[in-house]
Amino acid sequence: MADTTHGHAHGHDDAHGHDHHDHKPGFVARWFFSTNHKDIGTLYLIFAVVGGLVGGVLSEIMRAQLQFPNNHIVTDGQQWNTIITTHGLLMIFFSVMPALIGGFGNWFIPLMIGAPDMAFPRLNNISFWLLPPAFVLICIGLFMGESGSGWTLYPPLSNATYEHGMGMDCTLFALHLAGASSLLGAMNFITTIFNMRAPGMTMHKLPLFIWAELVTAWLLVLSVPVLAGAITMLICDRNFGTAFFDPQGGGDPVLFQHLFWFFGHPEVYIMILPGFGIISHVISTFSKKPIFGYLGMVYAMVGIGVVGFVVWAHHMYLSGMDVDTRAYFMGATMVIAVPTGVKIFSWIATMWGGSIEFKTPMLWAIGFLFVFTIGGVTGVVCANAGIDESIHNTYYVIAHFHYVLSLGAVFSIFCGFYYWIGKMSGRQYPEFWGRVHFWLFFLGVNLTFFPQHFLGLSGMPRRYPDYPDAFAGWNYVSSVGAYISGVSTLVFLYVCFKTFTSKAPVADNYWGEGATTLEWTQTSPPAFHTYSELPRIL
Amino acid sequence: MRNPGAANRITGIAVVAIIAGMVGLSFAAIPLYRAFCAATGYGGTPKIGVATAPGGDGRTIRVRFNADVNPGLPWTFAPDIVEVTVPLGEDNLASYHAHNKSSRPVTGVALYNITPERAAKYFHKTACFCFNEQTLEPGQDMSFPLSFWVDPEIARDPNTANVGSITLSYVFYTALDDAAKSGALAKAGPHVGAKITN
Repeated sequence: MADTTHGHAHGHDDAHGHDHHDHKPGFVARWFFSTNHKDIGTLYLIFAVVGGLVGGVLSEIMRAQLQFPNNHIVTDGQQWNTIITTHGLLMIFFSVMPALIGGFGNWFIPLMIGAPDMAFPRLNNISFWLLPPAFVLICIGLFMGESGSGWTLYPPLSNATYEHGMGMDCTLFALHLAGASSLLGAMNFITTIFNMRAPGMTMHKLPLFIWAELVTAWLLVLSVPVLAGAITMLICDRNFGTAFFDPQGGGDPVLFQHLFWFFGHPEVYIMILPGFGIISHVISTFSKKPIFGYLGMVYAMVGIGVVGFVVWAHHMYLSGMDVDTRAYFMGATMVIAVPTGVKIFSWIATMWGGSIEFKTPMLWAIGFLFVFTIGGVTGVVCANAGIDESIHNTYYVIAHFHYVLSLGAVFSIFCGFYYWIGKMSGRQYPEFWGRVHFWLFFLGVNLTFFPQHFLGLSGMPRRYPDYPDAFAGWNYVSSVGAYISGVSTLVFLYVCFKTFTSKAPVADNYWGEGATTLEWTQTSPPAFHTYSELPRIL
Repeated sequence: MRNPGAANRITGIAVVAIIAGMVGLSFAAIPLYRAFCAATGYGGTPKIGVATAPGGDGRTIRVRFNADVNPGLPWTFAPDIVEVTVPLGEDNLASYHAHNKSSRPVTGVALYNITPERAAKYFHKTACFCFNEQTLEPGQDMSFPLSFWVDPEIARDPNTANVGSITLSYVFYTALDDAAKSGALAKAGPHVGAKITN
């Protein structure tokens, strides 16, 4: 990775800045009309925590329901469907994406490339403020109990026959708003990274997190409009008598699945790529070595992004595809294991021979490697069309994608939180409670999701509120794991409380020699306006 | 970057153009998907058109006829013959019959496909009642003919050489305009899944 510590910017902003141009606007102007990338990043992070907590409460309700056979908590099937739908959408669009893209992206893209702010600061503000109304709409869908289509929104489950209520429309509009928000954000990211890098920072010197955000932004730009188109058609089918997906008028519901997954598959990389970036920095920092194979890491991400667009139908093996089509999608899907493997092995090679320090962020990074590798391996299993015939829509798939997303992506979020919270807030997180948080969460989520592999292989289908008694044992274990994860979330809130009430100041570069990117040349927290004098990268 | 404003504007506009293009493509997917299915037989879409049968070599194939009616359409609908063995490469006629059980004129439209799907590209329909909407007066009986031929290539393509029988399936729906007029969509009934009791 580029050695970027020799910039001229060190401390200047702070030294000169406080008197002249570091005055912050008043509360309303600062937070509601914000154009400052750091403030907007903070808003995104707070939003992601709220979204994650609501989605988390839903998952605790789900595990409580499934702890024992016989519906005993959620007795209404439609209510159950609404809960699982909202859990998925909240976690994806209102927790993981705001945290990894809007939160860390807004905070650290300008700081790491040496830009004073994002390219379009006002757009950035709109991009955030589209999310709260979207969140309200999706909660309306939840509380009306009328959006039980599953997060994949397949018609006919989501059409006017099966979901005739307004709640479903609210959920669809929520996705429109969230999608518009992501697109504006992506536009900002691409423009900023292309045009506003500090002098001397070539594309091949960009920190890996920036590359990750860049690839993510491109994936958003190319995939989210397709979702927008598909749900617009769905809304028209529901309300305006069109028949895009209605066979009665010559439409085809399978076409929706194609459109949805043309968005949906890149979406899973949208959720994990920024995490890849964070993990790269953390592993490099705590091994006190530059990342192994920087260019390989960059082009692995680009490769994952490109190939991610031509594998979508592996979600649809059972939709009536012929054997040749399935063979292609199976092969293309397995190809993705190659760049992903390059990344995993490069992370391991970075640690190899390094002077490793097991601070909390490094624990999360290694935890990420562990869970992401498990999820990756089961992903290759699921990619086989023949095997998928029997595990499609079972808990095996649930276990697989929670290992890569709910564990992988969320581990990377917490990793970034502990890595950067000192930089962002200027306060020290409590190391002991950080470790407690990690170990409780690690234990909890593995206990939750590992047994779901067994349940899936024995044939337990997803999305049902009940199951035969034969599945009771592992479901009980899984629910206990979910409660432990819930407790660890409380520990996380305590960590936040301890951090923000802490008096201990932190240094500019509190991780020392391993942390070499530009944000560590700034004070902790950075001045309200940074890089009024651009750093020069050697 | 001394003044990135202009460069930013260009990049920003380019990204907006790409977004607009992708939205356009997602709508273009509707006719493209239809064209793709027609060209490749994907999803069991047979060949439609006036191409004349090339004549065969004496080999035969079984063709079965299936009929379904959407519950929203007050018709009975069934094939006259359930199964027929036809020579490859030659024109054949078959027919279905329908009856309107209701006391009002009803317009229906039939959707169709071929099973196995990989055989669809060798199944040619030259004339079919399913090409148009059909209206039946109250109580009216109607015979629906169709004419088709099966391409002899089907026996030479290794993917389809082992296909011994082809099923031609129709589902009759109420035409969308008709359904909207009679309010059938509005009265589609309560959604599934409410109040599971056990």
